[in-house]
Parts: sequence; C-alpha cells; structure tokens
Amino acid sequence: MTLVENSSAADRLASVSSGNALELRGVTKMFGALAAISDITLTVRSGERRAVLGSNGAGKTTLFNCVTGDFMPTGGTIRLFGEDVTRFPAYERIRRGLRRTYQISLLFNGLTVADNVYLACRGVSRGRFSFIRPRENDALLTRSDELIEAVNLMPWRDTNVSNLSYGQQRQLEIALALAGAPRMILFDEPAAGLSPTERAELVGILNGLPGHIGYIIIEHDMDVALRVAESVTMMHNGKIFKEGTPEEIENDQEVQELYLGDGHE
Amino acid sequence: MALAEHRKTAPRGLWIERIPGIWWALILFLLTMPAWANGFFLFQVMGWTFILGMIALSLMFLAGYGGMVSLIQMSVAAMAGYMVAIFGVSGVGDISMGLPWWLNIPIAIIVAAIFGTLVGALAVRTEGIYTIMITLAIAAAFFYFTRQNYTVFNGYSGFNLVVPPELFGVDWRQPMPFYYLTLGCAALCYAAVIYVSRAPFGLTLQGVRDNPRRMAALGFNVTAHRIAAYTFASVIASVGGILLVWQNSQIAPGTAGIPAVIDILVIAVVGGIKRPIGPFIGALIYVLLRTFSPDVLLAFGLSGERFKLVIGLGFLAIVFFSPDGVLGLWERWQTRRSRNHDPLTGDPK
Repeated sequence: MTLVENSSAADRLASVSSGNALELRGVTKMFGALAAISDITLTVRSGERRAVLGSNGAGKTTLFNCVTGDFMPTGGTIRLFGEDVTRFPAYERIRRGLRRTYQISLLFNGLTVADNVYLACRGVSRGRFSFIRPRENDALLTRSDELIEAVNLMPWRDTNVSNLSYGQQRQLEIALALAGAPRMILFDEPAAGLSPTERAELVGILNGLPGHIGYIIIEHDMDVALRVAESVTMMHNGKIFKEGTPEEIENDQEVQELYLGDGHE
Repeated sequence: MALAEHRKTAPRGLWIERIPGIWWALILFLLTMPAWANGFFLFQVMGWTFILGMIALSLMFLAGYGGMVSLIQMSVAAMAGYMVAIFGVSGVGDISMGLPWWLNIPIAIIVAAIFGTLVGALAVRTEGIYTIMITLAIAAAFFYFTRQNYTVFNGYSGFNLVVPPELFGVDWRQPMPFYYLTLGCAALCYAAVIYVSRAPFGLTLQGVRDNPRRMAALGFNVTAHRIAAYTFASVIASVGGILLVWQNSQIAPGTAGIPAVIDILVIAVVGGIKRPIGPFIGALIYVLLRTFSPDVLLAFGLSGERFKLVIGLGFLAIVFFSPDGVLGLWERWQTRRSRNHDPLTGDPK
C-alpha cells in the first residue's frame, strides 16, 4: 500500500514538474462493438489552449465525456494535473479544477440565471449540503454576480433560464464553466448557433481568460478555432489524426483533403 | 430587463415585511379558528389536515424539488408513530418501554429518519417509475412485516392508548390544544421547507431535479444529495406520524397500509406538487371529502361507504383538468386575470 502511494506520489510530482494539465494514455471507449474513440494518447500542458477538430462522429465529444467522467473509458488511463483520475466520478474531477461546457446546453431550466451560476460556484466549494441560506453579502453570491457580468447576462440575472434566448443560454454555459478556480476547461462547440456578434464576444471571453487556465475547445468554425487555440488536434474516426500548430494544420495536405473533402461530399 | 431593475430598486426590508397581505389574513384566520369552530372540526378536520399535509409535504419536497416520487413517506411516518408507542407509553405494557417524552420523541424521529434514509439509498439509484415501484414494494413489505411481527410491532392489533405527554398541565388531545399543536408543527415544517428550498441544500436538489448530469459536472455528488433529501423529508414525515398516532391514540399496520400510502400521493398531486402549500390544500380537500362525503352520499340515497369513489372521481377530475393540481388551477386563473389587464396601465381591458 505504501509502495503504491509512494510511486503515485512520485508520478504526480513528475507530472506536476513537467506541467501537464491532462495526460491521456491509450484511452478507448467502446459502445458495444463500436469504438467511439480508440487508443487516444494526448498531452495538454498547463495553460495550453488546444482546439480539437474533426468531422461529425470523429469522437470529439466522447473524448470530452471520458475526460470529465460522464462516461468511464473502456481502456487507458487519464491523468489530471498528475493524478490518475481514470476511475474517479465526475464530481471528484471537477473539484480538482476541471470544467466543461456542453454542446447542447445542459442548464437548470427551473431556476434563474443567478441560481444557476450560484450552484456552479457552490459545487466547487464547501457547504454544498448547507441548510443555511446565503447572506446578501455572501462571497459566493458576489462571485456569481461577477461571472454573470463577465458573460453580459446581468440584465437577465433573475430571469428563469427557460426564458433565455439560445445565445444567452450558451453564454450561461460558459459562466458555469468559469465558476470556482478552473485550471482546465473543456469547451464543447461553444460557438455553435451563435450570431457573428456573439461569436466575436465569445472569442473575446476566451482570449480574456487568465493565462494559467488552459482549455480544449471543440469547434467546427475554423475562424474561431484558429483564433483562440495555440495548438490543434485533428481527430478522425475515433483516432488522433494530426497534431500541430494552427498554421501546420491549416496548410497540411492530408487535413485539407479530409476536412474539406468531407464537407463537399 | 424590467425584472432586474425592479429587484435593484425594490426596498429590501425585513423578511417579515415581505410577507404578502393574504398570508397575514390566512395566519389570522387559522389562529382565531378555535373562537368559532367546534371541537370536531378543530380536532378531526383541521388536525387531520395538518397531519396529512405534513406527510404529503415530505413527498412534495422529494417530488417537487428533487424529482423523486417516493411512496415510502407514509411508512416513514408510521415508523415514527410505532417508535413513539414502543419507546414511550402505550396500552401494550409488555412491549412499550415507557421512556419519557423527551427521550422517546427524538428516538422516534431518528429511527424513522434512518429508515427513510436507507430506503432512499436504495431508491435514488433508480429513476421515474422504478423509484415509485421500489418505494411501493418497501412500503408493502413494511405493512406485512408490522402485521406479522408480534415481538416488536405487536402484529395485527398494533398499539393502543398512545397519547401525547401532559406538558404544562395541558391535555394535548383536547380539540383546541391539539389544533394549535398540529398547526404549530405544520407551520414549522412548512417554514423549514420554504427556508431550505433557497438554501444551498435545496437549490442543489432543484438542480439535481433539472439536470443531474450537469450537477455532477459542477462538482456535486448527486447520489449523496438525493439520499440527504430523503433524510430531510423523513424528519418531516415522522413529525406528522407522531401526531397521527396521538390523534388516533393508536397505531396498527393499517396506518401505513397500501391505501394510506397511495392517499398521500393523491393528496400531494391533488394539491399541487410544485409548491409547499399544495400538500396542505390537497390534505384539506381529502379530509373534507372523507369526512363529509358519506353524508352527501346518504342524502342522495347512496351508500355512505362509497366515499372512496367520490375521492377517486375528484382525483381523476383534477389530474385531467390540471396536471399540476389545485395550485395549478389557481395560477392559471391568476395569469388569465393579469392578461385581462392592459400591460402598460394595469387597467382592466
């Protein structure tokens, strides 16, 4: 027992010093006989901003689900900030600084914007089971108001989420992911369905994130993806197809054939 | 936009100033009821309404805030009632231990809360119809177990002569004291549910109801929160259960038989499961029907035993016309009324 703990502590130290936020080794997820993702090996440094590209069904969202613990991977290991979290439930990973947004907004429709953000702040701090109502000057309430302000939703603070427009719901998704002290955020197509103005706002929010917060963003819109990412991973049929800088990927012959080819078929 | 501005400019006085006038009227009405109502009405109608309301309120908390329809609440209440009889004083001297009230009441609530929590721990791993099935199965098992076990639960006959303690020299089974006792307990439970619904615990539960997967992705242990909700609801149900035993001065397996278990569901649904006042409205309707429908039926030349038919038809009608209960009818009437006003000037059209 001590041996194991020692070695994992040593591992952890090694990864912390190497500064890796996320390390995937041979991660595989099977749905029956179908491999949604297979043998994904991927390293994201702390503070790195990475885009994941790929056609529909390439396994991008499944990859996210495995990293956050929405699904347990069938094989491989996932290390988060040096710690092996492969078998951890989702909430344990979130409490370690991981966050995510969903492709289709998953919000609390029966609650107001303020309540949604407050819950997100409460989820990563203590007192989740508290029976005491927060005071008006509660630090978490102040923090959630700041987040609401940051995504420009202050006028709708007390509106029920079900009454928000689609674009506003997408912005709220992002506010929820910024609660607490995130160190690594997974954005699942945050720009999908947004108007050009809203996209510009989104790029502004992403580029305005503090430097220590790394993220992985799934994005179909190359304009957005290449403006907010410093490295790009191309996925195809559940496997990693190419990795490189945005310029390398953009000018890669194979990628162009695959990506554009898919689009024109 | 208007909403947010309203919030910022509205004076945020003491919480007591924010209670609307209609509530003050209701409080005054309930407090002064003994001045004009007779003993039967106070004890049998209002006392029973508050008791059933509390037990249904525990279901409303689980279903309305947590999205979990539990049929175990009546059994939890009966468990607390049994414990008061077993640890306190009853006519069955061989089993009852005769502990004083300040010991047997907390023990009863704790045992019932543990029972409810254990059932919850099983039930929260299921969703929807399966939660209903598993809690119904345990409720049925509880009924048959209490009927067949003579060493602890005294089997078919249960316990009689279980009465409230004579505290402050008051006989709490007299109509007026019992009315105020049940009213006080009901008000406390109601206030507790209202308060907790806006505390982190209650908000979390509503988040779990709306989207359990997202709650996990925000760092919440969804299973633990659901189980804790069962614990909280069990405490409310057990207060109702203890009062129920005192009112009937006896408890038997039939107290938590399948019909009683289902009645709690009917009460909560008829009243409205979205807000804590719903179960009390449902309980009042249920008790009034149950108490007076035999007379009405007899007046129409029908057998008085058919009162369940009236309750069943009433249930059908409400579920058919308003799936969210009587409260839903009220809310729809309110929105229709406000729609009949000009949105700018507020004048009637």
